[in-house]
Amino acid sequence: MSRRVRVNPITCEAHGMCAELLPERIKLDEWGYPIVDGAPLEGEQVDHAVRAARACPTFALLVNNERR
Amino acid sequence: MPGTMNTVMLDRPAEEIQEPATLPRLLQGIRPEGPLGLRSHLALHGPLPRVRTGGRRRGREQAGAFIEDLERSGLLGRGGAGFPAAVKMRAVAAAKGRAIVVGNGCEGEPASMKDRTLIQTLPHLIIDGGIIAAEAVGADEVILAMCESSPESTDAITAAIEERGGEGSHSPNLRVAEVPSHYSAGQETALVNHLGGGPSLPTFTPPRVFEKGISGRPTLVNNVETLAHIALISRHGSRWFRQLGTPSQPGSSLVTLSGAVAHPGVYEIETGSSLSSLINAGGGATGPMRGALIGGYGGSWIAGEYLRGIALSNEHLAPHGATLGAGVVHLLSDQACPVAETASLARWMAGQSARQCGPCIHGLDALSEALDQVASGAAPARAGQRISRLASLTARRGACAHPDGAVRMIISGIEAFETEFADHARHGHCEQCSREPELPVPHRPLNMPAPRGKEARR
Amino acid sequence: MSLPLAASGGSIYWYLTRSTGVVALLLLTAAIVLGVLDVRRWSTPRWPRFLIDSLHRSVSLLALVFLVIHILTSVLDSFAPISLTDAVIPFIGTYRPFWLGLGAVAFDLILAVIGTSLLRARLGYSSWRAVHWLTYASWPIALLHGFGTGSDVKSTWLLGLSVLCLAAVLVAVLVRVLDGWPADKAVRGSALAGAGVFSLFLLLWLPGGPLGSEWPRRSGTPAALLPHHSHTPSTSTGSH
Repeated sequence: MSRRVRVNPITCEAHGMCAELLPERIKLDEWGYPIVDGAPLEGEQVDHAVRAARACPTFALLVNNERR
Repeated sequence: MPGTMNTVMLDRPAEEIQEPATLPRLLQGIRPEGPLGLRSHLALHGPLPRVRTGGRRRGREQAGAFIEDLERSGLLGRGGAGFPAAVKMRAVAAAKGRAIVVGNGCEGEPASMKDRTLIQTLPHLIIDGGIIAAEAVGADEVILAMCESSPESTDAITAAIEERGGEGSHSPNLRVAEVPSHYSAGQETALVNHLGGGPSLPTFTPPRVFEKGISGRPTLVNNVETLAHIALISRHGSRWFRQLGTPSQPGSSLVTLSGAVAHPGVYEIETGSSLSSLINAGGGATGPMRGALIGGYGGSWIAGEYLRGIALSNEHLAPHGATLGAGVVHLLSDQACPVAETASLARWMAGQSARQCGPCIHGLDALSEALDQVASGAAPARAGQRISRLASLTARRGACAHPDGAVRMIISGIEAFETEFADHARHGHCEQCSREPELPVPHRPLNMPAPRGKEARR
Repeated sequence: MSLPLAASGGSIYWYLTRSTGVVALLLLTAAIVLGVLDVRRWSTPRWPRFLIDSLHRSVSLLALVFLVIHILTSVLDSFAPISLTDAVIPFIGTYRPFWLGLGAVAFDLILAVIGTSLLRARLGYSSWRAVHWLTYASWPIALLHGFGTGSDVKSTWLLGLSVLCLAAVLVAVLVRVLDGWPADKAVRGSALAGAGVFSLFLLLWLPGGPLGSEWPRRSGTPAALLPHHSHTPSTSTGSH
């Protein structure tokens, strides 16, 4: 079961905390919006991803489970 | 190579009924006086064979069997995305809750006329398809969504429903709904959002509408042309459907031929037939062609030099980076400036953004700016690189495919008309830039409460 | 029950309620300033976004802690007849009912804001956001409560501190409004007007009000507690 992050671009308002808390997977574009690497999260990254998702003021960052 | 093409044009009298294994298929019986009434429709195609004729369990088996036959037919959706119709249907049938069917007649593509033509001339074929689809997925209602800006479409469908007894008298129930006319209103999730009482704006997926659509019910959204094909497949079967077309894209398709051709209009083609034969059926080109826009405003430009060899199926268009999409085939005359046209479309697509997602808003605006600069010769150095970068920042980062389409159109334009773009970058506007753009860019205000402010704060 | 202290009088609760009240005001001011920095997406390499946001949340919670202590100690203190219900239901008390009641109003608003923030995930973004606007209402009400009920109002340092806090909040509001928020011009205008009117009101009211004479009597202190009844703030086992 792999976990990945994704962004809901409609609710995202470019606060930018996700990129600070999960720089391995999220970078900001020139307008402040997240560019998300959808590769599976490894080890501790899952905890950081969850923390980043909780920090997002608009709940735009999602950590998904995928059952394969 | 598929055989000769036999098409029907709107201004010719109705042809006598042909063998169904040739064209016309959808456009059989079309007449210039107005919509084909119910009796003539039934005389032409025969009665509609219902999917479910037995009890509950038998009915469900029959529905499953129909979906399997639809899968064998290989029918792809005709709304632009080209998704296999049977797969979508099966997903809705399997989802929890009472399903609902939506016939999408909101033709937001300015250069496309096929849907409203079908609605206004052959509404019963569409309704037949809606009924079959409803039986296949166990839906109790078919909503026929029409564009607000096309009252003729609403009237035609309403009259057709009246002929069948009117709203509320039929099972499944048939009703008409009017929908705003901006570009994204016809997008699947925006349509479902609006029909469910919300704004006409796309929503984030998952959940997809086949799982949770209108009022949380599984919703099957099919383009009206797709429903028309379903109506014929239910009568003649999947093997008949596959007698035309290519193995990967069987059957016939409606296309809207426009631009540098003698008789622009809606044509029914065998999928995979050549662009040349379509142009011939359209009375021939009116002059040399600079290039063509295939698919829609979110489709692709193809340079003039390749047009003679092009065949109209996704498989044959793929090497050119194009798909049949919404069936738009616009031939750009040599009187038009491809740079100006691309910039005009880009500006329009940017204006039609639902403005919900930052990358779409900023990206499309920035791309428009950049194209305008190139067109007027005011582009900074490395404009090409900037445009490339903007393209990769904009595509696939929105909630719907609108920015993806716009980017595809822009990049394909730059590639197809490399010389012209380079000339403009160096010398600015050409003579033809001052003309009105050939491709229509209608004023379509987004008449609804603005989504939450999306401007980045930096 | 109160502990007799030095000649200047005052039980420990009385001191605690006043001091925690001041700290709460400072923390609420800081929370608003941090909130504006947060929404303006201010950050430096040493003060990243998530830190400002986290600080904003923590400072707000700390303010609530101090508010709770402020309320409990005011109830426990036996000088002023303040009951627990007076803290949440405004205007029904016997001690300076209006000015104390303002405190209850502010507290209720802050409870709503913090409560909805803790339940954000369940409430959804729009409901949470709608309630969050109440912070801009709770702060001036809290300040008025402080001026109206505070026994230290006339002291220069506290007055100065209050003015600084007011300045900080005014700057925060100005920054928000000049940034083009809220989107509605009329609402922006009203926000600016409201801030201006409030400041003007304080300027005109304070000298003749809390800073003037007879304020304890005029603000509704029960007669039995007024100074001319020669009743000191500290009551030990024997009253008069």
